[in-house]
Amino acid sequence: MSDIETYKSLLAGKETGEVVTRALVRDVDLPYGAGTMALITLDNGHDHTKPNTFGPQGLLSLNDALDAIEARGDVAAVGLTGKPFIFAVGADLKGAATVATREEAAAIGALGHHVFRRLGELGVPTFAFVNGAAMGGGLEIALHCAYRTVSSGVPAIALPECFLGLVPGWGGTQLLPRLIGPEKAIKLIIENPLSQNRMIKGRDAYELGVADAMFEPADFLEESLRWAARVLRGEETVTRAPYEGDWDKAVADARFLVDMKLRGASPAPYRALDLIALAKTASRDEGFAAEDEALADRLMSDELRAGLYAFDLVQRRAKKPAGAPDKALARKVTKVGVVGAGLMASQLALLFARRLEVPVVLTDLDQARLDKGVGYVHAEVDKLRAKGRVSADQAGRIKALVTGSLSKDAFADADFVIEAVFEDLDVKRKVLAEVEAVVSDECVLATNTSSLSITAMASGLRRPERVVGFHFFNPVAVMPLLEIVRGDATDDATLATAFSVAKTLKKSSVLVKDAPAFVVNRLLTRFMGEVIAAVDEGTPLEVADHALDGLGLPMTPFTLLQLVGPAVALHVAETMHTAFPDRFGVSANLAALVAAGKPGVYGADLQIDPEARAFFEGGSSPSTGEEVRLRALKALAQEVRLMLDEGVVAAAQDIDLCMILGAGWPFHTGGITPYLDRAGVSEAVTGSRFLAPGVASVPA
Amino acid sequence: MPASREVVFVDGVRTPFGRSGPKGLYAETRADDMVVRVIRELMRRNPGLPPERVDEVAIAATTQIGDQGLTIGRSAAVLAGLPKSVPGYAIDRMCAGAMTAVTTVAGGISFGAYDVAIAGGVEHMGRHPMGEGVDPNPRFLSERLVDGSALIMGMTAENLHDRYPSITKGRADAFAVASQEKAAKAYADGKIQPDLVPMAARKAAEGWGLATADEAPRPGTTLEALGGLKTPFRPHGRVTAGNASGINDGATGCLVAAQEIAEELGLPARMRLVSYAFAGVDPEVMGIGPIPSTERALRLAGLSIDDIGLFEINEAFAVQVLAFLEHFGIADDDPRVNPYGGAIAFGHPLASSGVRLMIQLAREFAERPDVRYGITTMCVGMGMGGTVIWENLA
Repeated sequence: MSDIETYKSLLAGKETGEVVTRALVRDVDLPYGAGTMALITLDNGHDHTKPNTFGPQGLLSLNDALDAIEARGDVAAVGLTGKPFIFAVGADLKGAATVATREEAAAIGALGHHVFRRLGELGVPTFAFVNGAAMGGGLEIALHCAYRTVSSGVPAIALPECFLGLVPGWGGTQLLPRLIGPEKAIKLIIENPLSQNRMIKGRDAYELGVADAMFEPADFLEESLRWAARVLRGEETVTRAPYEGDWDKAVADARFLVDMKLRGASPAPYRALDLIALAKTASRDEGFAAEDEALADRLMSDELRAGLYAFDLVQRRAKKPAGAPDKALARKVTKVGVVGAGLMASQLALLFARRLEVPVVLTDLDQARLDKGVGYVHAEVDKLRAKGRVSADQAGRIKALVTGSLSKDAFADADFVIEAVFEDLDVKRKVLAEVEAVVSDECVLATNTSSLSITAMASGLRRPERVVGFHFFNPVAVMPLLEIVRGDATDDATLATAFSVAKTLKKSSVLVKDAPAFVVNRLLTRFMGEVIAAVDEGTPLEVADHALDGLGLPMTPFTLLQLVGPAVALHVAETMHTAFPDRFGVSANLAALVAAGKPGVYGADLQIDPEARAFFEGGSSPSTGEEVRLRALKALAQEVRLMLDEGVVAAAQDIDLCMILGAGWPFHTGGITPYLDRAGVSEAVTGSRFLAPGVASVPA
Repeated sequence: MPASREVVFVDGVRTPFGRSGPKGLYAETRADDMVVRVIRELMRRNPGLPPERVDEVAIAATTQIGDQGLTIGRSAAVLAGLPKSVPGYAIDRMCAGAMTAVTTVAGGISFGAYDVAIAGGVEHMGRHPMGEGVDPNPRFLSERLVDGSALIMGMTAENLHDRYPSITKGRADAFAVASQEKAAKAYADGKIQPDLVPMAARKAAEGWGLATADEAPRPGTTLEALGGLKTPFRPHGRVTAGNASGINDGATGCLVAAQEIAEELGLPARMRLVSYAFAGVDPEVMGIGPIPSTERALRLAGLSIDDIGLFEINEAFAVQVLAFLEHFGIADDDPRVNPYGGAIAFGHPLASSGVRLMIQLAREFAERPDVRYGITTMCVGMGMGGTVIWENLA
C-alpha cells in the first residue's frame, strides 16, 4: 500500500464533520507569453467567516489536484491562492481534537507533509499568492512553494501552533528558519504565539522576508500573476540574503527567553526550538520526519487537548454565553452614567465612550476629582491618538462624550449607570438609592463590585430587578472578561441589556450567580490563601512563590499580590473569610504587611524585601514546594467542585473560560479543570473528574 | 482661467470583454472591480502622472444601480486607491456613456477647470440586463412620441433596414464576417492585446481565473453559418445575433489631458481632440444617429468626410454601420473603416464602448502617421448619435 493509501484508510473514512477545503484548478494564461499556470484556489465553499482549513479530505483533494497537474506536460508553473479574504488558516482543529490513536496522529503529520512538500518538488516553479489570512498550515503550505507574494491588506499571518500546544509540524520549523533565519523564524514560531498569540500583517511578512513581493489588495492576484510571469521569464530576480548569524546562539537565546516565560510549563515551544535547531543541518527528509514525530507527540498530549479545548471556549463559548437571556430583550443604551471619578471609574468612562459611542457622565462630590477623572480620559485618548489608534475626529468625538457632574441629576436620561465607588456594601447601597431617585424606571443599575452581594446591594431599592453585577478585570482596557452577575431579583431585560452592552464593549462575558467573589477572585483568593498560609507556617517565600511554576501562570502568586495590592487582597480575603470561614483564612502576617504600607513582598529591585520577609517569619512547620503545589491544587479542586454544586456557573467550561480570560491562565491548563483532571487532583479530592476523558484530554 | 486649451487623449486601456451570462468570464465579477482595475492600470502605465494631479474621474454606466451605482466614478476612484482629494462622478448616455465621459471632461479641460481626467465606462450586462429597472413614461406611447419599437434595439435595427432597402441581410452578414476576420487578424498581429489589462475573475465553483483576451470574437465565422441564424426581432427579418454586437461585460478607461499639461508631465499624447457632436434622431431608427452627429462634428471642425482617414464606428448592428457608409458614399469594405474589427466581434458592453473605439483609433493612428484625422462614432438608444473627431499626433 502506498503512503497515501495508508493515510486514506486511517483518516478518510472517519466521520469528523470536516468542512472540506477543495483545491480548485484553473488554467491561467500568464502575461508576457510566460506560459500556462495551473492556478489552485483553496476554497471550502463558505464565505470568509468560515475560513479554509486542512483536514484529511482537504489534503487529499489537494493531492488529487497535484496528481492531475503533474500528469500534464504543458504547465509552466503552479500557483496557489485562497478564496476572498482568506488564504488558509491551518489544520482542522475540530478534527485534531478527535484523534484517538498515535498512529492516527502520526498519519495527520505525514499526510500533511506528503501533500505539502510536493509543492516544493514538482519540477515546475510554484508560487503562493497569499491574498488573505494565513495561519499555521496555511502559512506552511505557502512556505513549501518556491515563491510567495503577499497582499498588503492581509490582516493576520501567524504560526499559532505553540499558542495551542502544537508545533508548526507541516514544514514550518524546517522551511521558515532556512528562509529568513532562525531569529526571525523564532519570532513567528515562538515569540508571537507566546505573546497573546500576536499576528503579523502582510507588510510585516514581506519585511521579514516571508514573502518575496507585496502588492496592494485592489488587484493583488493580477499583479502577482504578472510578477510570476516576469520571474518565469527571468525578468525579475528574487534575492534572498544568505543567513550569516549564529544559528545555535539564536536558538539558545530563545530557549532562555522561553524559560523565563514558561518555566518549563508547556512543552510545545521547547519542542519547536529543538526542531528549529535541527533545521540548521537536517535534510528535508530528516527535518520533516522529526516534525512528524513532534506532531504526533504533541497531538497525543493532554496539554494540546487542553489547548484545543481552551481555544474552543474562547472562540465559541465566549461568544454565546451560557444562560444569557434572549438578545431581543436588551434595551437600547444611549447614555451611560458612572458613579465615581477615581481611576476605575475613569477607565470605565473611557471604555464606554470609545465602544458605545454615547455620552458618558462621571459624577463625584469633589470638583477636583471630577476634573482629574475627565482629564485622565482625555489624556488616554491623546495616547490612543499618538499611537494612531484613533483619528483626530474620533479623538474629538470620544473626548466630547465624556463629561463630569457634581450632581447625579445628570443621570436623569441615562439608560445604564455603573457604580465604581469604594468596596463597601453600605456605601454602594446608598449610592444606588441616590441614583435610583433620578433615573428612569428602565435604567439599568450596574455595579463593578468584585466581591459584594448583588442581591444585598439591590435590596431596599424601589426596583431591585434592574440591578446587575458587571465585574471588570484590571486593566479594564486590556482584560477581555466580564463577569455578569445575576442577583435574586435581576430580571431578564436587565440581564440581556448587560450582555448586549458587554458585547459592544468587545468583552467576553460569563453569567455568574450572586456568590461571594464570583469566579475569578474566589479561585485566586483561595489559591493565594493556601500559598500565603504555607508561608505563614514557615515555608520560605521563594519556595512557596515558585511551587506552582509548573502551571506556567502569567505571574507567581506573590507577584500577583503585588499587582493587586496587598490591601485589596486582604480586603477580599476578609470578605471571603466571612462567607466561608472554613476554607478562606486571613493571614495576620499579610495584615501586618498591609498595616506597614508595603506594596508587597518584592522590593523595587524585584528581590524579596527583607523588611517584608520579616513579617512572615516565625512559622515552624515548613512545607516543600511539592507540598505547597498539591495543597493549592487540592484547594482549587475543592473550590471548583463547590462552585459547580452551588450553581455559581452553568458548567466547568465557564470556570475555565473565566480563568483563561480573567486571570490569563494559559491554554495548556485548559483554564483549570483540565489541569486538575490530568494531575489526578480532581478525583483525589472530589471523587470524580470535572470533564470526561477526551473533552480536554487524550481519550482514554 | 484660460478660455480654451487643446485637449489630448493620452492613453486608454480596457478589460477583456466577456460574454454575459452564467458561463461568461465575468459571471461572478463585480462591475466596479473592473473599473478599479482599469483605473489602476492607467496609473501604472503612466508613472509620470502623480495621482493627486488627476482632477476628475468620470465613469459611465447605463444601469446605475448595485455595483454600477453609488456614483461609480467616485466610488471606483476611492477603491482604486486614488487620493481622496480626487473627485469623481457617474455619467450616462447609454451606449455613448464612455464617449460622453471623454467629451465632458474634455470640455472641462478646455475651459481650464481640469488639467487631467480619467474617463471611461463599464457595463456588466450579465449583472445588469439591458432595461433593468426602467420605467418608461406612458406618454411615450399614448402621445405617440416614439414608436413602440423604439426601446427594443433589435427592432430599431430592423426599422433601419426598412429605411435603407438597399441594405440587405446579405450585405449585413458579409460586413459581420469581415468584422470577425479583421478582429482575428488584429489579434494575430498583436494590435489588441497591448491595451488589455488582465482581470482576475473568480467563480465560486471553479476558483480564480484570469481574463486575458476577449471572449466574444468568433473567428472563422462564415456567411453560410450566419445565414442560418434566427431573426428574433421580426419573422423573416434581417437582424440576427451574428450581424449584431452581443450582450457583454467589460470596462474601459482613458487619460484625457490638456495638451500643455501632458507636455509638462511628460505624458505621451496620442490624439488631439478636434471636435465633437451629439445629435438626436427618431428613436425608432436610433442607428442612423451617427450621420447627423458626424455631419455636425465635421462642420464644427471645418472638415469634410474626405479629410477623414480612419473610422472607428461602433458596430451595434451591421445595418447601422452600412447606413452610415451608404450615406457618406463609402464602400462596405473600405479599409479605412474599423480596420481591427468592431463590436460585432469584440462585443459591446454598452457604456464602455466609446473608449474602446478611441483605444483602437489611437493604435491605428500610431501605425499610420500619414493619416491626419480619424473619427470615433456610435449610435445611441433613444435616438442619438455621437461623434468625436481626432487628430493623429503620432
